[in-house]
Amino acid sequence: MSAVAGANPRNFELLPKGDANGGELLEISMGPHHPSTHGVFRMDVVLDGEKVVKLKPVFGYLHRNHEKIAEGTSYLASMPYTDRLDYFCSMTNNWAYALSVEKLAGLTVPERAEYIRVIMAELTRVLNHICLIGFFVQDMGALGTPLMYAFRERERILDLFEELTGARMMCNYLRFGGVRCDVSESWLKRAGEEVVKLESFMDEFEQLVAQNEIVMARTQGIGVLPRELAINASITGPMLRASGVNYDVRKVDKYGIYDRFEFKIPLGEHGDLYDRYMIRVLEMRESVKILKQALRDIPDGPIMDSKAKLRGFRPKPGEAYGRIESPKGELGFYLISDGSPNPYRYRVRPPSFINLTILEDMCLGQRVADAVIILGSVDIVLGEVDR
Amino acid sequence: MLGEAIIKGMAVTAKNFFGSYVSKERLPTVQYPEERLVPKENARQFPFLVYDGDDWEKGLRCVSCQICEKECPPKCIYIIKSKDKKPDYKGQAQFYPARFDIDISVCMSCGICAEVCPFESIKMDTEFELSTGDRFGGLLLPKEKLAKSNEHYRKVHPTDAAASDAVLAAEIAKAEAKAKAAAEAKVKADAEKKPA
Repeated sequence: MSAVAGANPRNFELLPKGDANGGELLEISMGPHHPSTHGVFRMDVVLDGEKVVKLKPVFGYLHRNHEKIAEGTSYLASMPYTDRLDYFCSMTNNWAYALSVEKLAGLTVPERAEYIRVIMAELTRVLNHICLIGFFVQDMGALGTPLMYAFRERERILDLFEELTGARMMCNYLRFGGVRCDVSESWLKRAGEEVVKLESFMDEFEQLVAQNEIVMARTQGIGVLPRELAINASITGPMLRASGVNYDVRKVDKYGIYDRFEFKIPLGEHGDLYDRYMIRVLEMRESVKILKQALRDIPDGPIMDSKAKLRGFRPKPGEAYGRIESPKGELGFYLISDGSPNPYRYRVRPPSFINLTILEDMCLGQRVADAVIILGSVDIVLGEVDR
Repeated sequence: MLGEAIIKGMAVTAKNFFGSYVSKERLPTVQYPEERLVPKENARQFPFLVYDGDDWEKGLRCVSCQICEKECPPKCIYIIKSKDKKPDYKGQAQFYPARFDIDISVCMSCGICAEVCPFESIKMDTEFELSTGDRFGGLLLPKEKLAKSNEHYRKVHPTDAAASDAVLAAEIAKAEAKAKAAAEAKVKADAEKKPA
């Protein structure tokens, strides 16, 4: 962190006097190389004493031209690039992209493949929330231990992914009209065992963190996101639900086969940091419920639509928007096809980018140390924000 | 009581700490160069070219159709098609790659090339210890370095290799049946010709 008053060299105006002890306001550039910013992200903060009076999020350091590259390659070749958007949740990114292409080309997905997709998406949700909670506690100063526990569990889920798809994080597993390879009986059995283990881990982790006095003091009543603002700023995902809005694309759209599973949508009441933390804990438990149902009910059958083509895939001209509930919020892909092998327009609606826009509103009047946890609770991945 | 949850949390930590001496479950670290995890069967790193038989130049399955070059997302494959033809595993005359380079510093290990290949000729390897001091030449692999035998493929991915062998065997059987039918037809045609 560099603490330079008036960090902008082109603007030599002295900052106005602050309220605290008659001192001056201080402009701090937090990031881009700062462990609490979860990647290359910069917050331009103006401080009055320790209070945040202005905050400007600056991003684009990890811009990789994803959308333009996708317009130049075939539909299939964009699939591995979507893994690298939100690199914690490659499976859900794949799903959102596959969903919009399936809409565009009019492909249907066989039953078994739908179940496999649900299993993968829910495992991804659990692993994303596990990581998020680990980082969140670390941002509050619990260095190491809880994060290592979280990563231990994450590694177990990643082992499952690696066994099936060949890669831990960049799975590249879903295909248009199905999935790439079938799951074996032994894999399903192992997944069932891991799911049971996840439950006991959640109990252990909750004992470690949830009732902790320091956690409660640091999170309750801090970084409140009012319900109206959350709706107006089109926030989605756990952030929105922590503010008490009942909106989950899994329930609203019922994409895939989500109407067959019994699960609840946890809702917050206050919209503060503690609610956002608890929403994620409860969502993990609901995900485990879905996983158990899906692993129990998965039928036999084909895993690919017979109409799906691997080589020479050209959907007819048209447009489609496919959206899913990714662990971070509503993830959508908008595609326009002109009948050629590559999309005419390719656009991603990234949840963490849009959730980041209200960072200033949540941070104003809070301490600078709280700004770090507020950013952590937004759950951003810079690969997705900058694309 | 104030601090109750902190004591509880410390108990969890202590359980994990002492538990790591007893249970293997709580000791997940592997001391890498000395100890190694068993690689997963589906693991994929970088592509290689499969050849049959002993001579890699003769047995290379690639017919230089350039589908992988087109589909490769980061465009790390570079192929020049040959002018002449050589017999493939079925004995059919086919083109072969005069040049086949993969820049593995660009490759993102997605496996799309292996998936789209219609000739079972490009597959994913599991070797990952490929670091080199020469960051340009050392990571640009020509076909001499990419060519690996079918036995190697059977060793790293037994299930997939069996499936691919079955596909090729079926192709050969089909080609043989076709050749046989053609030969029979020829004999028949000759037989019909003779009386006339």
